[in-house]
Amino acid sequence: MSSGLEARFAAGLREFELELELAVEPGTCLALVGPSGAGKSTALRVIAGLHRPDSGSVALGERPWLDRERGVDLPPERRDCGYLFQDYALFPHLSAWRNVAFGLKEVPRRERRERATAVLSRFGAGELADAPPRELSGGERQRVALARALARDPALLMLDEPLSALDSTTAAAAGRELATTLAAAEGPAILVTHDFADAALLADRIAVIDRGRVIQSGSAAELSAQPGSAFVADFTGAAVLFGTARATASGTTVVALDGGGEVRSSDPAEGEVGVAVYPWEITLEPPGTEAHGSALNRIEARVTSVTEVGSRARIGLLAGQPLVAEITGESLARLGLAPGVGVVATWKATATRLVAR
Amino acid sequence: MNRRGPFAVLLVAALAVTLAFLILPIVAIFADTPPGDLIDSLGSDASRDALWLSLKTTLAALIVIVVVGTPAAYLLATREFRGKSVVVTAIELPLVLPPAVAGIGLLAAFGPKGIFGSALADAGIELVLETAGVIVALTFVAAPFYLRQAQAAFAAVDPDLLAAARTLGAGEPRAFWRVAIPCAGAGISTGMALAWGRALGEFGATLMFAGSFQGITQTAPLAIFASFSTDFPAALALSAVLVAISAALLLAVKLLGRSPLLGGVQA
Repeated sequence: MSSGLEARFAAGLREFELELELAVEPGTCLALVGPSGAGKSTALRVIAGLHRPDSGSVALGERPWLDRERGVDLPPERRDCGYLFQDYALFPHLSAWRNVAFGLKEVPRRERRERATAVLSRFGAGELADAPPRELSGGERQRVALARALARDPALLMLDEPLSALDSTTAAAAGRELATTLAAAEGPAILVTHDFADAALLADRIAVIDRGRVIQSGSAAELSAQPGSAFVADFTGAAVLFGTARATASGTTVVALDGGGEVRSSDPAEGEVGVAVYPWEITLEPPGTEAHGSALNRIEARVTSVTEVGSRARIGLLAGQPLVAEITGESLARLGLAPGVGVVATWKATATRLVAR
Repeated sequence: MNRRGPFAVLLVAALAVTLAFLILPIVAIFADTPPGDLIDSLGSDASRDALWLSLKTTLAALIVIVVVGTPAAYLLATREFRGKSVVVTAIELPLVLPPAVAGIGLLAAFGPKGIFGSALADAGIELVLETAGVIVALTFVAAPFYLRQAQAAFAAVDPDLLAAARTLGAGEPRAFWRVAIPCAGAGISTGMALAWGRALGEFGATLMFAGSFQGITQTAPLAIFASFSTDFPAALALSAVLVAISAALLLAVKLLGRSPLLGGVQA
C-alpha cells in the first residue's frame, strides 16, 4: 500500500529562509518550479535527509522520516527514496549495471547482475550494461540513473532537473519517457524544474517557488488561467505589461499602461496591476487596419525581433513596453514582418488576465 | 612557434643549465664506478642490512600513515568545522620543518626525558636507538605528504556521488569505501608514492632520534653517510640503488596520475 508524503520545514539558506509545506498524494507528481536559487533543490535534499532543516517534519504515510521536535532524523539510507540527481551522479568507476546494482544490496550477490540488467532493459538501456558512464550520451546517462534510482522500488521518487542536462531533441524524447514512468509510479513523486513546460508535461500539481516560499500552487491549467501574480504569469509563459486599472460602467476594466496606451480586461481590478496575455492569444495586423472583430484590445507596436521555432515564430514587439506574440511561419511571410516594421497587436479582453504586480 | 629572439635563446639556455646541474650528480653516481663493482659492493653486510631495514621501516610507516591518515584526510575534505584551517596548517608544518628540528622535536616528545618519555618507558616501549624509533621518525616527516594529497583527492570527489550512494541505501562507511576511495584513487596512490619516497630518503630526523646502528636503525641513507669516508664505492652502490627506486616511484606517480585503471571501469 503506497502512502503520501507530508513535509513541513524551515531551513536557513544564504540569503533567505526556505519555508515549505508540501503534501503529495500517492500516484501523483508535484512539481516545484521557480528560478535558480529559489530553494527547490534544497527542498529535495531536506526530504531525502541530505540537508538538515532548522525545524519541521517529513513523513511518508505513518512513517516519520524527520521530526525535529521529537528528535527523529533518519539518515538518507533509511528513507527509501529514489533520487535522480541533476547531473545524474553516476559512479564513474562502475559500469552501468554495477551502478544499478549498487542499490541492490539486499539481492543475493549472484543474482545482482541479472536484476540490474533487467531494470536497465525496462528503461531501454539493457545493451549499455557493461558501458562505463563516460562512454554514455546524456540521454543514456539519464536512463541509467533513472534505472538506478527506481531499481530499489523506492516509496518516494524525487527528480532534480531531470531534463536540463539534455539537448532539446533528447529532452523531448526523455520527457515523454519520464511521463510514462511517472504515470506508472505508485508512490508520490516530486519534480524540481525551472521550466514551466516540463512541469506541465510531467506533474499533476505545480507549486511555484520564489525565494524559499510557495507563491502559488495548482494544476498547470489553473496557473495559466489564473496566475496569482506577475511573477507566476511570467513563469507560465505569458507576456506581462504594467499599468493602472479602473473599473468602468460596462463591467470591463480599463488599464492605462505605464508606457502609454490602454487595454481592457474582463477581470475586475483596481489600482496598479500586471496585465498578462499569452503570446498565442495575440493577433498581428498591418497598421491602419480598421477594427472589425470582437477583440477590444488594439495597440500599435514596432517589431523588435523575429525568432522562428519550427513552424512558428515568436515576434518581439515594443508597445511602450515589451510584448511577445506567437504566429505561424505562414503569417510571418504573408505580413512581411521584420525588425522595425510597425504592426497593430490585438487580443480579446477575455484573454487578458489582471494580476498583482 | 615564436620567432627566435634573444629572449627565447635566454629561456632555452636557462633550461639547459638547470637540466645539466640537476642531472649531472645523478649521472655521476652511475658513471663513477663500473656496474660490476657496484653490484659487488652491495654484497657487504652493512649495505644489505641497510636496504632491508629501509624497506621494512618505510613500509611500516606507510601502513601507519595510510590507515590513520585516510579517514583523517576524508574528514578534513568533507566536513566544515571551526578551526579547520588551523588544523590543516598544523598538519602541513612538518613539510617545511628542517630535519634537525624534527629530530629535536621527536626527542623532546618521545625521548627518555621527553614529555611522553616516562609514560612510554612505563609501558615498556623504547623508541630511541630502536627500529620502532625509525618508524616514528619516518611517519612524522612523510605523513604530511600523504595527508595533503589525500585531502585534495577527497575534496575533488563530487559530493553528489556520495549523496547518491546514501540515497541508494549505503551508510556513510559504505559510501566511503565503495565511492569516495575509488573516486579519489589516483590522488591517494600519488600521495602514497610521495610519502614513501620522502620516507625512503629520510636522514636528519632519523639520525637524531634513532641513531645509526647497523641492522637496527641504520637505514640506507644513514649507511651511505656512514660509509662514504671509508668505503666510497659502497656508498656509491647504495646511492645508485636509491636513485633507481626513487626514479621508479616517480615514474609510478606519473603513470598513476593518468591511469585509466584508477577511476576507470570495473566491469
